[in-house]
Amino acid sequence: MSLLKYESQLREPLVDGNKDYHQVTEDIISPIEMKPSKLWYVGFYISVALLIFGAYSVYREVTYGIGQWNLNKTIGWGWDITNFVWWVGIGHAGTLISAILLLFRQGWRTGVNRAAEAMTIFAVMCAGQFPIWHMGRVWMFPFVFPYPNSRGPLWVNFNSPLLWDVFAISTYFTVSLLFWYSGLIPDLATVRDRAKTKLRKMLYGVASFGWTGSTKHWQRHESLSLVLAGLSTPLVLSVHTIVSFDFATSVVPGWHTTIFPPYFVAGAIFSGFAMVQTLLIVVRKVMGLQDYITLGHIEAMNKVIVLTGSIVGCAYLTELFIAWYGQNPYEWYAFSQNRANLFSPYGWSYWLMMFCNVVSPQLFWSRKLRRNITVTFFMSIVVNIGMWYERFVIIVTSIYRDFLPSSWSTYYSPSIYEIGFYLGTFGLFFTCFFLFAKYFPVIAVAEIKSILKTSGENYKAKMTDIEKSDADKFYIEEVEHAH
Amino acid sequence: MAGGIKKFVVGAFDDEKVLFPAVKNVRKAGYKIHDVYTPFPVHGLDHAMGLRETSLHTAGFIYAITGTTTALGFMSWIFTKDWPLNIGGKPHFALPAWIPITFELTVLFSAVGMVLTFCYLCQLAPFVKKHHFHARATDDLFIMAIECTDKTNDADLQNFLQNAGAKEVNVQVAETGWWLGRYDREQKLYREEKGY
Repeated sequence: MSLLKYESQLREPLVDGNKDYHQVTEDIISPIEMKPSKLWYVGFYISVALLIFGAYSVYREVTYGIGQWNLNKTIGWGWDITNFVWWVGIGHAGTLISAILLLFRQGWRTGVNRAAEAMTIFAVMCAGQFPIWHMGRVWMFPFVFPYPNSRGPLWVNFNSPLLWDVFAISTYFTVSLLFWYSGLIPDLATVRDRAKTKLRKMLYGVASFGWTGSTKHWQRHESLSLVLAGLSTPLVLSVHTIVSFDFATSVVPGWHTTIFPPYFVAGAIFSGFAMVQTLLIVVRKVMGLQDYITLGHIEAMNKVIVLTGSIVGCAYLTELFIAWYGQNPYEWYAFSQNRANLFSPYGWSYWLMMFCNVVSPQLFWSRKLRRNITVTFFMSIVVNIGMWYERFVIIVTSIYRDFLPSSWSTYYSPSIYEIGFYLGTFGLFFTCFFLFAKYFPVIAVAEIKSILKTSGENYKAKMTDIEKSDADKFYIEEVEHAH
Repeated sequence: MAGGIKKFVVGAFDDEKVLFPAVKNVRKAGYKIHDVYTPFPVHGLDHAMGLRETSLHTAGFIYAITGTTTALGFMSWIFTKDWPLNIGGKPHFALPAWIPITFELTVLFSAVGMVLTFCYLCQLAPFVKKHHFHARATDDLFIMAIECTDKTNDADLQNFLQNAGAKEVNVQVAETGWWLGRYDREQKLYREEKGY
């Protein structure tokens, strides 16, 4: 009987080592059952400290007003919106991995999807902070939603990209959360059924919604995952498209370009994968999950990084060319003087962006470097710095010299509370991620089990038997099993 | 819903290669499989058990259409009837500008609706207590539960399962409730399916 699905032996195994189903459970769940390491506490407390500093910065801003930041009349969007777009971009990798790679039947997704989805949710939470607190009078935040109110009812402007953003980000957050949690339910049930203490059994029992593993439930679960993946695929592309509309639908030279949607989406995937690398390289080492997040996984993600990095590079050159070719003096001035001129006030940020995003990822054409953990870790940081500067360049260099030279800005640099707010979102992100790594299975246990017998290292050898066996017999057995 | 006490013969398998023929033989012998509990989705097991396809995706489609019409209807009513705003002299009925929100609401309705339907159908909720036939059903064992009727000789059935390759066999009594699930109508009889 060959129940094994055939997979070529030329493919690298996705799970290393001699594993069976129980071993997979053991490897992934046991860190949850142990006391966290000293390093975990150190990291967690640093994150909480950053979060507290962030909360204080936000308190200053709410109490004393936006004046606590160094924004001015000309530069109305600075670090806040840069950080918003940066975090939203990072929040794209998780859904891309779990949705698009599911539709493309990429088996390597199973090792990294859970942590990447968690990262997505936390990044979107961080992103959401910026537009909310930027409102200044934050208590009016509910006004962004169209609900019947005593002001007329005065509705929101459905034709405004800023409102599209409200819908896009909140939908994206909700759908990502549902997708992530529905995948977590079976794994939380695994934790529940292994629990030794009463409290853990109770808590994971509540969290796992009474999952039993019934075949009918799995059948529905599979259907749910597939449709959610189908829905999330256009969703993930729409979110950064809509974020780019915030700029593209304006009349500001440097923003008013049709290339923005694809260019933003590629950039989002680029920075998102870089952040996944940063986190997973640490997680696999600290939690001893090298057998599940293998060099093959890291290499696959580096391939996505070099692809999307090059798309972003093409976009930079295209918009530069079109700015010249379009012969609009304002557009060309924004590109040639505000950005590409190294000696203009912010010229350095443009070239830093070019170097980090376009030049440095080209290292990953080399297989040796793609499979080098140190290089990958270093590069993931470089890419994230580069992508932060991309948003900074787009926002600040387009508006600091507007149509009226008398209001050309003095040099904009952030205040301590602007920086504090940004650091605070790091605090929020890492506090959530540390808690996630401690209390949730960081790898999708059930999904790893479902690919174990085709892609596990110790099962790979058995493919030889299938290769040797009679093709007709193989076909009959497969068909018989299908019914 | 009031439930009675039911008896189940439970067999634990540790390999899906053994499980599949066992499912087939148990069904051929005329026993009614209550359910098979597995630690991960075993592809083809639903077919082997004679379960019908789920129509969850159809529900998802209906929710999606509801989202689309809600968004379009709501925005058209507001901007053409309830409070038409003059935004730069542009048309009140600005369909292209509504595409993003319409799309987002389509996805939102569909996703939320499907997840809620999934939880309802599978009776999943935070404080639901269910009978678990085996603690390792979520770890590494495949647990087959067969419902006993008055006519079932459970000693025979236990032997039958053991011969079919079950590593552990036992008899369990569980109070049936709605959470146990009723798949009687879901499952086709083996005879019907094969046409004899």
